[in-house]
Amino acid sequence: MVTNVTPKKSVDEVKVCVPAGMLGTGVRAEEVDAALRAGADVIAMDAGSTDSGPYYLACGVSKSGKEAIKRDLTILMLAQERSGVPLVIGSCGTSGCDEAVNWTRDVVLEIAKEQGMAPRIALLYSEQSRDLLKEKLGAGLVAPLAPAIELDEQTIDACDRIVALMGPEPYIAALEKGADIILGGRTTDTAVLASYPLMKGAHVGSAWHAAKIAECGGLCTNNPTLPGVMMTLHAEGFDIAPLTDSNTCTPQSVAAHMLYENADPIYLVEPGGVLDVSAADYSSVDSRTVRVTGSQWLPRKYTMKLEGAGGGPFQTLMLVGIAAPEVLGSIDLFIARLQSALGDRVESIMGAQAGEYNISLRPYGWNAVSGRQMPENATPPHEIGLLFVATARTQELATKIAKACNTYFFHFPLELGQELPSYAFPFSPAEIERGQVFEFKLNHIVEVDSPEELVRTIWLDLSKEEQSGDRV
Amino acid sequence: MVQIRDICRYVRSKNAGPFWVTIDLFFTPENYLKYRDNAVLSPQLIGNAYGVDVALVKRIPVDSLCMIKLSYPRPTAQGGVLERDMHSGQQYAQLLDVELAQ
Repeated sequence: MVTNVTPKKSVDEVKVCVPAGMLGTGVRAEEVDAALRAGADVIAMDAGSTDSGPYYLACGVSKSGKEAIKRDLTILMLAQERSGVPLVIGSCGTSGCDEAVNWTRDVVLEIAKEQGMAPRIALLYSEQSRDLLKEKLGAGLVAPLAPAIELDEQTIDACDRIVALMGPEPYIAALEKGADIILGGRTTDTAVLASYPLMKGAHVGSAWHAAKIAECGGLCTNNPTLPGVMMTLHAEGFDIAPLTDSNTCTPQSVAAHMLYENADPIYLVEPGGVLDVSAADYSSVDSRTVRVTGSQWLPRKYTMKLEGAGGGPFQTLMLVGIAAPEVLGSIDLFIARLQSALGDRVESIMGAQAGEYNISLRPYGWNAVSGRQMPENATPPHEIGLLFVATARTQELATKIAKACNTYFFHFPLELGQELPSYAFPFSPAEIERGQVFEFKLNHIVEVDSPEELVRTIWLDLSKEEQSGDRV
Repeated sequence: MVQIRDICRYVRSKNAGPFWVTIDLFFTPENYLKYRDNAVLSPQLIGNAYGVDVALVKRIPVDSLCMIKLSYPRPTAQGGVLERDMHSGQQYAQLLDVELAQ
């Protein structure tokens, strides 16, 4: 059952409805409705992350499928149109690169057409060219974060895409100009949620802290399967409450969220400052609402974090199941011998043609996940899945290496001279072309003259007959 | 001797961005008081388990939550050629049987 989060709001409150931690994971229409009835001033959420790895940035592809994004956006756009409150979405299309923003824009345009809507849309782009980054590097304006990666022009060239994480300022500018919908490129999760309260003059530390708590939606509640939360900024600090009546926030559930995917739970670096929660106090307002006070903002020189990813070598896989007890009793010895035999085999068949390559053998059911040396007294498993990963400069080479290894991988005995075993291939052909490896290549910040310097805003006003690409 | 699995009520690991892993050790209030300053629960624990430079490990006890956070740079950035755990969500498991004095 869904009811109002707080029955009435006072004039100096600012309420942000956060429908879920990420667009495409399933917002609930009834939760968004409840938030609007409770007086939400804005609907804000994030659509991106580096969580799922470098592929999504390197290739500009969304992790969520179009159907999931369209479902959530339809609910949110209908709520926006009905209520008139702005809808703010950051880090569109997972990586927030230009292509991912445009992909999301096209979904929004499709929904608007189907539903007969004519919103005013602001598109915020923060993808950066390699040339611009080289200029910034040359001017000494790019600095590494720990763990430091050496940055030179070659590394910049190895990035297929580079984005700079926006702060709230471009969002505030678009809100002030009357955007109904903002689709942002890569942005810190917190900046997306903090932008509206900051525009309204909310306490800066509280706005950032509330945004950090709410950025994963229901994860700060006691039932994370209910995705929506409301953050309410007021004179004393902020309140946080779930959007579904039966769900609860407790000081423990809220404070604990500062730990999540965060190397440091006390200080959080953002564009233009640091959120300091060392003096924050978490207390219950009622059985489901938590009040937070004492959050502080320490202004710093304005920097934007950079993310860059690019393609590397290619991989071909094989998988066998092994249930042979004598092998399972000596897995490490078996793998060491097999590794050596496979290297010899590639050398004899392909020689220098293989180029720089790697064969990685990973026994699932033994130590594939950790890669650690298992203790002497570890109990042998009943069976393992042994994954073979060949990495080489091209897909063709990786597959040639796998094919060269196939027979050994299939029949290799623990002891030479034993009858040849046949391990359990689950597939035919045995080789699986996995594609390219992608890598994150930047862990840096860039100094900027202003928060908008590296950001481009484009307006699409569907209420006007001609859609103009009006650069601001 | 006891093991980390005996003294913590919950242990988890996760990426903190593509270049860091963070491990959370949650205790009951009693065990937190007892083990908070135990020498085994130090950056060296992380150095031994994951082969990272101890000087780069951050150790942050959070008294209000009865937990110790240990964060360390990933040996290789998320998603590289030899990636075994894209989200580092299973890296905590090998800490569970680390022993410490009662």
